[in-house]
Amino acid sequence: MIRIEPREMPSKWWTIGIPIISAFVAILLASIPLTLAGANIFEAYRQMANGIFGSTFAFTEMLTRATPLIFTGLAATIAFRAKLWNIGAEGQLYLGAMAAVAVGTGLIDAPAFILIPIILLAGALSGAIGMAAPTYLKTRFGADEVVTTLLLNFIVIIFLQMMLEGPLKDPMGMGWPQSEPIVDNGVLPQLLPRMRIHAGLIIALLTAGLVHLFLSKSIWGFKIRAVGENPSAALHAGINVKRTFMGAAVVSGAIAGLAGVSEVAGLRGYLTTDLSPGFGYTGIVVAMLAGLSPIGVVISAIFIASIFVGADTMSRAIGVSSYLADLVVALSLICVLIGGFIARYKFIRTNKGNV
Amino acid sequence: MDILQILLTESFWAATLRIATPLIFGVLGALICEKAGVLNLGIEGIFVAGAMAGWMAVWFGFSLWTGLLVAIFVGGFFGLIHAILTVPLGLSQHVSGLGVTMLATSVSYFTYRTALPKVSSPPKIEPFQPFDVPFLSELPFIGPILSQQTAMTWLAILMVGLVWWVFNRTPLGLSIRAVGDNPDAVDAQGLSVYGIRIGSIIVGSSIMALGGAFLTMSAFDSFFFGMVNGRGWICIALVIFASWRPGKALLGAILFGAFDAFQVRLQTEVGAFLPSQVFLMAPYVLSIIALVIVARRAEYPRALLKPWFKGAR
Repeated sequence: MIRIEPREMPSKWWTIGIPIISAFVAILLASIPLTLAGANIFEAYRQMANGIFGSTFAFTEMLTRATPLIFTGLAATIAFRAKLWNIGAEGQLYLGAMAAVAVGTGLIDAPAFILIPIILLAGALSGAIGMAAPTYLKTRFGADEVVTTLLLNFIVIIFLQMMLEGPLKDPMGMGWPQSEPIVDNGVLPQLLPRMRIHAGLIIALLTAGLVHLFLSKSIWGFKIRAVGENPSAALHAGINVKRTFMGAAVVSGAIAGLAGVSEVAGLRGYLTTDLSPGFGYTGIVVAMLAGLSPIGVVISAIFIASIFVGADTMSRAIGVSSYLADLVVALSLICVLIGGFIARYKFIRTNKGNV
Repeated sequence: MDILQILLTESFWAATLRIATPLIFGVLGALICEKAGVLNLGIEGIFVAGAMAGWMAVWFGFSLWTGLLVAIFVGGFFGLIHAILTVPLGLSQHVSGLGVTMLATSVSYFTYRTALPKVSSPPKIEPFQPFDVPFLSELPFIGPILSQQTAMTWLAILMVGLVWWVFNRTPLGLSIRAVGDNPDAVDAQGLSVYGIRIGSIIVGSSIMALGGAFLTMSAFDSFFFGMVNGRGWICIALVIFASWRPGKALLGAILFGAFDAFQVRLQTEVGAFLPSQVFLMAPYVLSIIALVIVARRAEYPRALLKPWFKGAR
């Protein structure tokens, strides 16, 4: 017989070990669909590694892909710490991107050191509003934020289509539903010549550092944790639960909005409806893999980005569908959930009758 | 005047039932899981999996009814994963559900791409056809509406009755309800809380998969990426709107279908004045508004979202 007992505190090794083991198991499990698809597993993994470490370009591409995931992972981290289920980062990302092109395509004429902060601020504000609205519906009317944020993702995408066929449409876009390009002074600077990697990564890393300080050192961070762990106890301790929710929502939405700004002003230059291949949803996996730690988010975003970029290369090389990447990401989430369970309990072997 | 006349056309009501059918399956499935105390956000992915699996079985030469069985089985499989994660392991139902959605969606897309690597236009199957029901199809007005429905719509409506009967008239239904309200009491009776919860999630997920299968096997005849398009999430909102009652769930799904069918027709009437996206947005906005209106009065199953561990009282 095996008896299961909760641990008082999961050990430090477990906290770091679980995500690494989960990621590893997920990649191993991917060999099953690879085999079923008739691929040579070793060749597939070799191509994936090649797609990440094969060249400087490959490596910078991976970091470019990690940039929006750091933002959306941080957005999920803050909200989930407060047990505020923001599943709407995808929509908030697009709201941020829309605000960026609204102010960054010629509305304001200013030098880069003024225009770029304005664009970032506009995107953050727009994303913050996108999460504040469902949070208000939650605290005021009790409407479940999971459902409202999920539905808002669809509303925002349709709204974006409307904007791209209307006010934000590029008159020079040959009829394609896309925005005008961000003006030169608004484009985030590139980090390396001839590479797509851009200053969005620096902003993402800075944001991760700030969120870490915010959550671990500030009174707000403490309140968010308290509300997340036990809202009624927090209320009795004199914490304004609704205000704390709103604070977490605003910061979470703002960071998700920055993901959109970074993608549109750093990478694409103009806005289309396929700006994000689900970065908002993937951010949830990033946050969970990181154990809701802001510094961990950076590492897990790099891991997830590697999976996507590696799978793209593998797909081109041996013709296996790149949906494999989404599969590995989903598997990592499920593995890390199970791993988290294992870490929280002790498994004690007992003899029968000796309970 | 034109606008109100829409409500009197047969095609409007036929479309209403057609739009409502997948939602009826989805709402019933979600309702069964939640009645047992477990939120199942895997619904969106299970819709995709049901749509893909059922369609693919038929495309490989099996009959439509076998296709439905395959969808049921696949839905149950993903339900089992959610059940293991949330019931004995007691993990976050939100995160686990989203994980199941991601897993079911990516497995379906990967399988579709792997089985049909080089198709530019989606291949078609011969879907369920509308048929005349004896007596009913001869009724004025209602008859022609019902004659435009396929067997799956009838299955959905029968399912509402069945779920109502199980919950209100059988000891099994009583136990499922109890497990979602007061699991300790069920445990004290010597029944297995784990067993009832796991069973409910599997059955609920199988029914959700039928909602997905309707899309590829009755409403359309092929599988598209992104075809589920948030229908699963709308079902989660509709369950709250329906206060976890099968009859109200049917009503909610039909109201939603009617609204959706109405906005499509309204679009052709007044489309010149408003961008089409305003109408596309309407169903999602409507779901949020409905949720806001009923949220405070909703009587959630008391143990919903609360993991239960044997002997941990």
